Amino acid sequence: MRTFLTFINVTWKSTGGRISLCIFGLCLILAVIGPMIAPFGPSERCYDAAGKLLRLTPPSWEHPLGTTVMGRDVLSQMLWGARTAMLVGLLTALGTVVIGLNFGLIAGYFGGRIDAILMRITDILLGLPFLPFIIVLLALTDRNIWTIILAMTFVMWRSTARIVRAEVMSLRERQFVAAARTTGASDADILYREIAPNIMPLAVTSITFALAWAIITEASIGFLGFGDPDVVSWGSIIYDAYASQAMYRAPWWVVPPGIAIMVLVTSVYFIGRAYEEVINPRLQERS
Amino acid sequence: MSSFWVRRLWQSALTLLIMLTLMFFMFRMLPGDPTATVISPALYPKAQETLRIQFGLDKPLWEQYLVYVKNLAVFDFGLSFHTGRPVADEISGRLLNTILLVFPSMIAAYALGALVGAIVGWRRGSKLEAILVFLSTALQSAPVFWLSMLAILFFSIRLDLFPIGHIVSPGMFPEENWRMYLSMDFLHHLALPFLVNTLYQFCFPFLLMRSSILATVGEDYIELAKMKGLTDRRVLYHHAMRNSLLPLATTLPMTLGWAVAGSVVIETVFSWPGLGLLMVEAVGRSDYPVVQAAFLLIAVLTVVGTLIADLLYTLLDPRIVNA
Repeated sequence: MRTFLTFINVTWKSTGGRISLCIFGLCLILAVIGPMIAPFGPSERCYDAAGKLLRLTPPSWEHPLGTTVMGRDVLSQMLWGARTAMLVGLLTALGTVVIGLNFGLIAGYFGGRIDAILMRITDILLGLPFLPFIIVLLALTDRNIWTIILAMTFVMWRSTARIVRAEVMSLRERQFVAAARTTGASDADILYREIAPNIMPLAVTSITFALAWAIITEASIGFLGFGDPDVVSWGSIIYDAYASQAMYRAPWWVVPPGIAIMVLVTSVYFIGRAYEEVINPRLQERS
Repeated sequence: MSSFWVRRLWQSALTLLIMLTLMFFMFRMLPGDPTATVISPALYPKAQETLRIQFGLDKPLWEQYLVYVKNLAVFDFGLSFHTGRPVADEISGRLLNTILLVFPSMIAAYALGALVGAIVGWRRGSKLEAILVFLSTALQSAPVFWLSMLAILFFSIRLDLFPIGHIVSPGMFPEENWRMYLSMDFLHHLALPFLVNTLYQFCFPFLLMRSSILATVGEDYIELAKMKGLTDRRVLYHHAMRNSLLPLATTLPMTLGWAVAGSVVIETVFSWPGLGLLMVEAVGRSDYPVVQAAFLLIAVLTVVGTLIADLLYTLLDPRIVNA
């Protein structure tokens, strides 16, 4: 909790960070309450007063973002999609960092054979084509949101592990580690009480990267048609528009989800950068 | 050849071997039974058994694996479930198409990113810098398929400047031979996906070059060059930029791998007949031999691309091989 508060505090210092935090917070709130305030269900078909299906109607008061070719309300779909994006992004980022951090800590701290084995595993994963691998995995298993999250986590921790390991290797030679060792601290104590807190800034930056990547990748999976058929995501909205060939006639259908992804991911990148700039003074403006 | 390269080659070979092993067992262990598409469960049990023996599926798994690896060694990927033709034939042209789409735009993105990043970093704090940083980040944050759709909407449909997709106009080159790649029609089709991919990939090298130029400001060798009375431009292009290229080169293997893997998306939007599109289509048709082969070739492209980028890097910085 304290780490979280310092993180907010640090990021709040710059204008870009502040705006980005507000945008991210807004998306988070929408993810929680969005489906409750959505005027229609995500796959509910809307009819006009005469009982005719509202196919591809332009934005109006009733449907602020218009309707899809199936007569679904785009705004409602967007609100449901916010929940999916956040859920996928946050869970994947969390999983990525937990695995990557532990892998990097153990490999970097113990070195030798353990390091060689663990890093060979990450090297192989680094050669794995990310999106194609997930597509194959989804083609062979159930297409549901949890498989997508697991598959992304399985591949994405590789970069975090590498970055953390490099940092741990330099940290383990420092005085405070030697001091802890002379007081008789166990390896686990040194790793998780002495070294890990020093890795936190790095972990935070990797979280933002993982979050951004996960959101974009989930959208790409949805767009390629391999998303969870029961869950509306911003990517699947674009896929529906693309697959129905109506996207060029109905910009209100295809533009909002793209902008939503762009705004959310940009804010995540800028949060990461604002935080990094304060934590790592070398990046600050030189004059 | 130095021991560095021997080690590096071994590593790449091992990575590929593990990947194809992983693929082999994934296709046979995971719940979705790929054999169900050819050996229909509706057939008589006797007929199913005969087919199983015909396909060699009655043998133990490790024996099937050995046969699989042996066939791969001579580029035999089996027969496509969908067309019945050898997968190798279906796939051969696709590899080149993906390379032609991804590699040039990566080179362009890196060249442009390095140049613009250097200029912007050299003049720190300008308004242009803030705008470019924001714009490039926003471009990178947008899903590339969505950017492509907007580009098609605007440039192809509104302005009618570029074709909507495909690699050449339908019917222009029925034989699909090398002549196709030398035609203006091909370049015309390549232009829009190339442009979108270049802009999309621009952000990373741009930001990296900018911060790496920033780090050179105040270094001794820069001060010295200035004191010698060299022009500002000469100091930037001949001294600061050259040294700042190194971190950029370090990341190229990684980003090249991402770009190859990410080409799946851009190929789908532009109906570009590359490996990625082939794979997506084959998954849709449950054509597993093609899926496997396409995946393996994408992996090979990733690994080989990384290897080439590493080679370029050692040429730039000879200290690496000796380290």
